Amino acid sequence: MQIATAASRIDPLGALLTATGALALWLLPLVVFKANRIMPGEAQSLLALLPAWASVVVSITLSLVALVALLGRDPRLRLFTALAGIAILTLALAHGADLLTPAGNRVFRVAPGSGFWIVLMALGLLATDALTRLEPGPLARVAILAVFLVATVLALGSGLFDDLSIMREYAVNATRFAQEARRHLLLALGSLLAAVIVALPLGVACHREPRLRAGMLGTLNLVQSIPSIELFGILMAPLAALALAVPALASLGVSGIGAAPAAIALFLYSLLPIVANTVVGLGRVPAATVDAARGMGLTAWQVLREVELQLALPTILTGIRIVLVQNIGMVTIAALIGGGGFGAFVFQGIGQTAIDLVLLGAIPTIVLAFSAAVVLDALTDLTRRVPR
Amino acid sequence: MIQIEKLCKRYDDAVVVDDVSMVIEPRSITTIVGTSGSGKSTLLRMINRLVEPTSGRVLIDGNDTTAEPAHLLRRRIGYAIQGLGLFPHRTVADNIATVPQLLGWTQDRIDERVTELLQLFQLEPATYAAKFPHELSGGQQQRVGVARALAAKPNVLLMDEPFGALDPIIRTKAQDDLLGVQRKLGTTVILVTHDIDEAFRLGHRVAVMSQGRLLQHDRPEALITHPADPFVSQLIGADDKALKLLSLIHAGAAAAPGSVEGPAVPSTASLRDVLAELLWRGATGANVTAGDGALAGHITLASILARGRAPA
Repeated sequence: MQIATAASRIDPLGALLTATGALALWLLPLVVFKANRIMPGEAQSLLALLPAWASVVVSITLSLVALVALLGRDPRLRLFTALAGIAILTLALAHGADLLTPAGNRVFRVAPGSGFWIVLMALGLLATDALTRLEPGPLARVAILAVFLVATVLALGSGLFDDLSIMREYAVNATRFAQEARRHLLLALGSLLAAVIVALPLGVACHREPRLRAGMLGTLNLVQSIPSIELFGILMAPLAALALAVPALASLGVSGIGAAPAAIALFLYSLLPIVANTVVGLGRVPAATVDAARGMGLTAWQVLREVELQLALPTILTGIRIVLVQNIGMVTIAALIGGGGFGAFVFQGIGQTAIDLVLLGAIPTIVLAFSAAVVLDALTDLTRRVPR
Repeated sequence: MIQIEKLCKRYDDAVVVDDVSMVIEPRSITTIVGTSGSGKSTLLRMINRLVEPTSGRVLIDGNDTTAEPAHLLRRRIGYAIQGLGLFPHRTVADNIATVPQLLGWTQDRIDERVTELLQLFQLEPATYAAKFPHELSGGQQQRVGVARALAAKPNVLLMDEPFGALDPIIRTKAQDDLLGVQRKLGTTVILVTHDIDEAFRLGHRVAVMSQGRLLQHDRPEALITHPADPFVSQLIGADDKALKLLSLIHAGAAAAPGSVEGPAVPSTASLRDVLAELLWRGATGANVTAGDGALAGHITLASILARGRAPA
């Protein structure tokens, strides 16, 4: 009976994450040391590397985090300890990298090992779970995201992490990084904007005209089912021919490869979620509300703008969120056909078997997609003034 | 005055409203009653042109309703429907302010009107103005729906089964409210219902429709005593015609001078209620009292029975 009570006090998610983290710490390396950027890494014990006092601080902090994860009830305490764990772990890594790197050597590389990534993921999940339990409002969530992003940028800019392999790659590619980031955002947001401009009226038309709906959604579904690489391929030939036939377009940058087919493919993929969600959202508006609006003398345009679209807005925003997150991920593939963006680092890194360069492209993409999801979720919540 | 002249509505081959003509007196309540599919809602919706007639016309105070754009016409006509159609994303105050805003009233005038209407419908403005529709009970939502329809002081109010979704007790209260508000404001009300009792209770005139045709349009008593069509008698019901007739007459209107030995009844009670009271107490007469409690006359059991008798 007492055992059952004690067991029921243990947080199940905390137990899972603690076990995962502990196993990772025990079996997998926190740091790997490479003779140069393309060599496979050699595992190093971080705790053995650090000065004794630092090892003790790291061990005690992580043990405390585990204790709170297992038994802690207060979500604020759980959040605080998880964040403290992340801070200590990354600082230890940075310090370890500093100690491992011979002074002035630009060839040796120190990278986070698989153990580090798994523990970081466990701590991140712990923090996210605690945040969810705190149930912050939409604006609070955006504020927390902003604090997280600013803190990350400040930490990376402080120089503490400069000896880590990813930051080495960044240092070499800093100018290009800014360019590719701009290109990535431009492609993702530009194709989204174009899709919204086209898909919203299409969605309204599909809502009004059931015969159009079946055909339109069927066609868009078909487009959606084409794998992205194939769609890029399909677009290459006609765009190349178009550029050849109309030199004015070619001078605007239209060609078989590059940004043009990427933007068009992303635009096409974006249509279905927005059209479908617009149709669903408008379909959920009560018929009596629309009838009353017309009966009181709202014009057709006023009914659409002030009643139907406003009530459908949360659903439409959900569609836009899907598209934005999807686009941010898919722009990465666009680099294959010369579309640019963070994917350029990923494919370059794969080509050179330089995993650090792959991460330089992959991690910002993930952060970008995550941030877009948080911001649009908050926006959706803010516009949902009517409980479902 | 509303004149409906030879109004027809056809969809492909189906005739929904078939050559309906009627005149609706100002400041009265007209109820349109019929089974579902009788065309009663379509007839109502042709008055504010939510449905455009196939042929025929509607005149309001002598003006053809097609003389102005439909949305401008509708802003001058109140409209309340079953399920209300309140805007779920707007507060009670904003819902009520819909038409005044469309008409470009000043904010001060709108605020004043909203407060006035909330008080008229017994909804404390400080408590209810800022609430959203989903925070109200069914009866409160219904009152907001009618208040919204009356916001811009329309002369004409169209209501399509406005009390259809209410439970019986709230429904009776809502009907009383409507009678009170109509008496106070003098609005011309046209109300569509499938409930014959509601039609009789509310209507100064009752229009009976079946299969797109207007069978009879008359005072409720006349429908009972002189039904124009077998369907009208069937709708009214064969068994309690006498009681229906009595329920249409107020005690005040039937009272004779003087007093008798017996219970007191208010002048607003129907003869049906007085009869029930007399049967219950075993009395043969009742004294009718006015609103201030003063004696207004008396009614005998015999006179009530005489009024329930079929016309010769």
